[in-house]
Amino acid sequence: MSGETTPSQTVGPYFSIGFGWLNRSDLTHGASGGEQITIRGRILDGEDQPVPDACLELWQADAQGKYAQPENVPEKSPDQNFFGFGRIPTNERGEFSFTTIKPGSVPGPDGHPQAPHIQITVFMRGLLRRLVTRLYFPDDPAHATDHVLNLVPADRRATLIARPLPEEPHTLEWNIRLQGEGETVFFDC
Amino acid sequence: MLRYRRPSPGTEPELLHPPYASSIKRAPTRALVQFPHTLSETTGPFFYKEIVPPKAFDLTRQHKGEPLGERIVVSGRLVDEDGRPVPHSLVEIWQANAAGRYLHKADQHDAPLDPNFTGMGQTFTDDEGRYRFVTIRPGAYPWRNHYNAWRPQHIHFSVFGPAFATRLVTQMYFPGDPLLEFDPIYNSVPVESARKRLISVFDWATTTPEIALGFRFDIVLRGRNATPMER
Repeated sequence: MSGETTPSQTVGPYFSIGFGWLNRSDLTHGASGGEQITIRGRILDGEDQPVPDACLELWQADAQGKYAQPENVPEKSPDQNFFGFGRIPTNERGEFSFTTIKPGSVPGPDGHPQAPHIQITVFMRGLLRRLVTRLYFPDDPAHATDHVLNLVPADRRATLIARPLPEEPHTLEWNIRLQGEGETVFFDC
Repeated sequence: MLRYRRPSPGTEPELLHPPYASSIKRAPTRALVQFPHTLSETTGPFFYKEIVPPKAFDLTRQHKGEPLGERIVVSGRLVDEDGRPVPHSLVEIWQANAAGRYLHKADQHDAPLDPNFTGMGQTFTDDEGRYRFVTIRPGAYPWRNHYNAWRPQHIHFSVFGPAFATRLVTQMYFPGDPLLEFDPIYNSVPVESARKRLISVFDWATTTPEIALGFRFDIVLRGRNATPMER
């Protein structure tokens, strides 16, 4: 059997029934070293209203820049290690928060290392297919040579970069704006 | 590096599809930024089989009693566009009960909940990409998208596949459902042949005597290119 791809459809308003069992907002279990960071933010629609029925999925490398794959994880899971995967629903105020280890640099398509980043999928009622974006970390000189970031119009790059919260160490803020002023950059993945 | 192919034009829904009212304030308005896949897109989460309880594939056995409704077997194969099976992929489903009601606080449809039905299941594909669920046929239900709007009977599917790039969430429909032609979500897929791939087929091979009707729903994920660039 072969053929063309199965189309996407929206997760709808009730996805927590199917997704909730795998919610993971703490990605630090089983991590070997690295800087622990909490990232929090909100998802806002075209009228600046918070989106309470959305879900983020994360995929990231470890602090050494390595993605967990079957060939490099232990044969038996010692506990609930999730190896770089996260799933975080927004709350009734459209907020999300997760704690992770800052990923290391992974190779880019041009041979240069990519700047550390987290891959983000956004699902919600109203989205007929997922959105894909990336979260980058603040004040990283590697942004200048990051292949993907350089494909983004310069005046929109800031939407992908989390910002430090001076009052709260090891905490970053990153919001997702679906439309309008400061609309987040989404990728054709 | 092998990169995943883009779906054929018209295969994926447009993000802004005004007949689906919720898309209007939520679909991004700026063009999506294109870029070549990197290791970040061609790898994807790995899950241990142990995270899924062995009986999670059977949605009719999660409570003391059996749920009301028509018992069905929903099975199929997860393959890529080149027909290669996708083994060891996590598959999640969720759905309404036989009366068309979800076990969710936001669902206020005036239809009964079923104490013997949660409406969620998980499994992994086997070495040949096969999966199988036992469940009950979900009911159609009204929603407030437009006057007298009804969703066709459907089961939500979530599939990971081998990579971040292959992540897919979709809905499986039932053959011959008269509501399909009126449903803005189903009809958000521009190309008819692509839309029809969302409809399961009745299947004698998995129809179980005295027990359950079988429906087959094969899922096709993106294939990979040997050529470095596709655009």
